[in-house]
Amino acid sequence: MNKPGTQKAITKFLLHLHPPKVNAQSIKYTRTFGLGGIAALLFVLLFITGMLLRFVYVPSEKGAYDSILYLQQEVIFGQLLRNMHYWCGMLLVIVSFLHVIRVFYSQSIFNERRKNWLYGLLIMFLVIMSNFTGYLLPWDQLAYWAVTIMTNMLSYIPLIGDPLANLVRGGAEVNEGTLLRFYHFHTGLLPLLMVFLMSIHFWLVRKAKGVTVADSSKKEMVPTTPQLVYKEIVVALSLILILILFSMLIDAPLLEKANPLESPNPSKAPWYFMGFQELLLHMHPSFGIFIVPVIVTAFLIYIPFVKDLQVNVGVWFNTSVGKKVTIWSAIYSTVFTMLIIVSTEYLLKFQSWMPDAPVLITTGLLPLLLYVLPTFGFILMMKKHLKAGKLELIIGLVSILLTGYLVMTVVGSLMRGEGMHLFA
Amino acid sequence: MDIIKKITRRSFIKKAIITLVSLELVYVFVNLLKKGGETKVSSNLFAAGDIDLFEKGRVYPFSTERFYLSRLDDGGFLAISTKCTHLGCTVQFKNSDNKFLCPCHASAFNKHGEVLAPPATSALDLYNITIENGEIFVDTATPVKRAKYNSSQITYA
Ligand code: FES
Repeated sequence: MNKPGTQKAITKFLLHLHPPKVNAQSIKYTRTFGLGGIAALLFVLLFITGMLLRFVYVPSEKGAYDSILYLQQEVIFGQLLRNMHYWCGMLLVIVSFLHVIRVFYSQSIFNERRKNWLYGLLIMFLVIMSNFTGYLLPWDQLAYWAVTIMTNMLSYIPLIGDPLANLVRGGAEVNEGTLLRFYHFHTGLLPLLMVFLMSIHFWLVRKAKGVTVADSSKKEMVPTTPQLVYKEIVVALSLILILILFSMLIDAPLLEKANPLESPNPSKAPWYFMGFQELLLHMHPSFGIFIVPVIVTAFLIYIPFVKDLQVNVGVWFNTSVGKKVTIWSAIYSTVFTMLIIVSTEYLLKFQSWMPDAPVLITTGLLPLLLYVLPTFGFILMMKKHLKAGKLELIIGLVSILLTGYLVMTVVGSLMRGEGMHLFA
Repeated sequence: MDIIKKITRRSFIKKAIITLVSLELVYVFVNLLKKGGETKVSSNLFAAGDIDLFEKGRVYPFSTERFYLSRLDDGGFLAISTKCTHLGCTVQFKNSDNKFLCPCHASAFNKHGEVLAPPATSALDLYNITIENGEIFVDTATPVKRAKYNSSQITYA
C-alpha cells in the first residue's frame, strides 16, 4: 500500500476514532441513524460558532441585550451566526434525546455497555444544562422569565430547594450575577466537562467493540476508510448545509429587553422543560419537580443492572413481542395522558372537594395514584395478553414515560395560550 | 458481605483520599457560588408616604420597589410583594376585579394576598411595615414568607 502522504495522515488520524475494520452491519444507516456522530458534530459546530459569538457578547445586565442587537444589525453575518448557534443548540437537545432512545430500544445498554449508558445519561444532562444556561444570555423577556420560572421550580425541592435555587441564581432574583455565572457555565465549565465525558463515551464505545449489531453471528468486516468515513462525510456535509439554509430562513427569537417588573402572558420555560411545567399544573410541586423526576431517573439508571433479563443485544425492541408492547404502550400513554390532562383541567378538583386534607395528598398523592394505578393495570394486562417478559415490560414502561413526557411537552408548549389555559 | 471483603487497606486509603479531595472541591465551589450573591443588606427602609395619602379599601402600586401597599377597610396596612408564589412572575392588581392576577399561569390573590385561584399554593409574601410620625416605612430588603393570611400580619397606625 503506497498512499499519498495526506491521505495516509487522515487515515491514521481517523484510526484514533474508528478501528481499521468495522462490521458491515454496523455501518448501515438504519443501525444508528448516525445520531451519536451528528451530536458530536453539532457540539463542534456549537463550539466554533460560540467562540465567534464571544467576541461580541457582553455578559452584563446593561450590555447583553444591546450586544445581541449590535450583532444582529451591525455585524456582517452576525444574525446568521447567532441563528446557527441557536438552531444547533436546539437540534443538539433533540438529537441527543433521540440517541438515548435509540440505544435504549436497540438493547445497546447492557453488559459491557452499562457504564456507557450512565455516561450517556450524564452527557444528556449536561447538554440540557448547556442549552438552559445559554437560554438566559440574550437577556430578553423570553430568557428572563423562562429562567425565573425554571429556577423557581427548583425551590420546590423539599429541604434544600430554596438554598439551591438561590445558589443557582446567586440571589433571590434573576439578576446580573445570575447572568454572569450562567455565562461562565455556558462558555467554560460545561463545554470542558463535556469534552472530557465525550472522550470517555467514545472510548467506551470502542472498548465495547463498536456499536451493537442485530445479528452477531455475521462477522463480515469492511475497511473503515472509505466505507464508513465516506458515509460520515456525506451525513456531516448535508447536515451543515441544511443547518445553514435553515438559519438563513428562520431567525432565532428575540423579544424586548428583560423587564423584571412585567411578566409576559403566558410565560413559559424552555420547551424541553415544558413537560415539567405542565406536570406542575396538575401536581403539587414537590411531587412534580422532585419525587417523580427522581424516581424516573433512578429507574433509568437501574435498567441495565436488572437481574435475569433475556437480552437480545442489538435487536430492536428485543423481540417481536417487545415491538408490540412498545406500540401499545405508546398508544395507551398518549390517550391516557391526554385524558388526565383534560380531566384535571375541567373535572377533577381534589383540592376543592377536600379543602381540609393536606395539599400534599390532594394535589400530590392522589393525582400520582390516578396515573400510576391504571398504568400498573395496563402493564399487568400486557403481561397476560401479549405474554411479555420482564425486559419487554421494562421497555413498555419506558415507552409510557417517554410518550407521557412528550405529550405533556406538546400540550404545554403548543396548546396552552394566555393564562396557561388549555386551547386558549 | 462481598463489598466489605473487597475493601483492602490500600483501596480504602485510596478511596478515602479521592472522596476527601472531591468533597473539598465541591465545598470550595459551592462557597464560590454563594459569595457572588452576598450583596444583601439587612434592611432597606422605603418611605412610602403619609398615612393620609392612602384611602381605605384601596391598593397602591410601588412597582419599582416590587410591592403593593394595600390599605384594608379597617385602616390597617399590608405591604404585599409582587412576586407570585407559584413560579415567581410579577403579579398585577386589577382594580376592576379587585384582585391580584398573575399573567403567567393565572393564579389569583385577594387584597390580603390570599390565594383565590391555583396553581399558587401559598399567600403572597409580605414586607414589614413600620409607621413613625404618621409616615409609612416599608422594609424592602427581606420578604416575609407565609402560608396563609391572618390578622396579626396587619400593621395599624
Ligand atoms: S408564576 Fe404566577 S401563576 Fe405561575
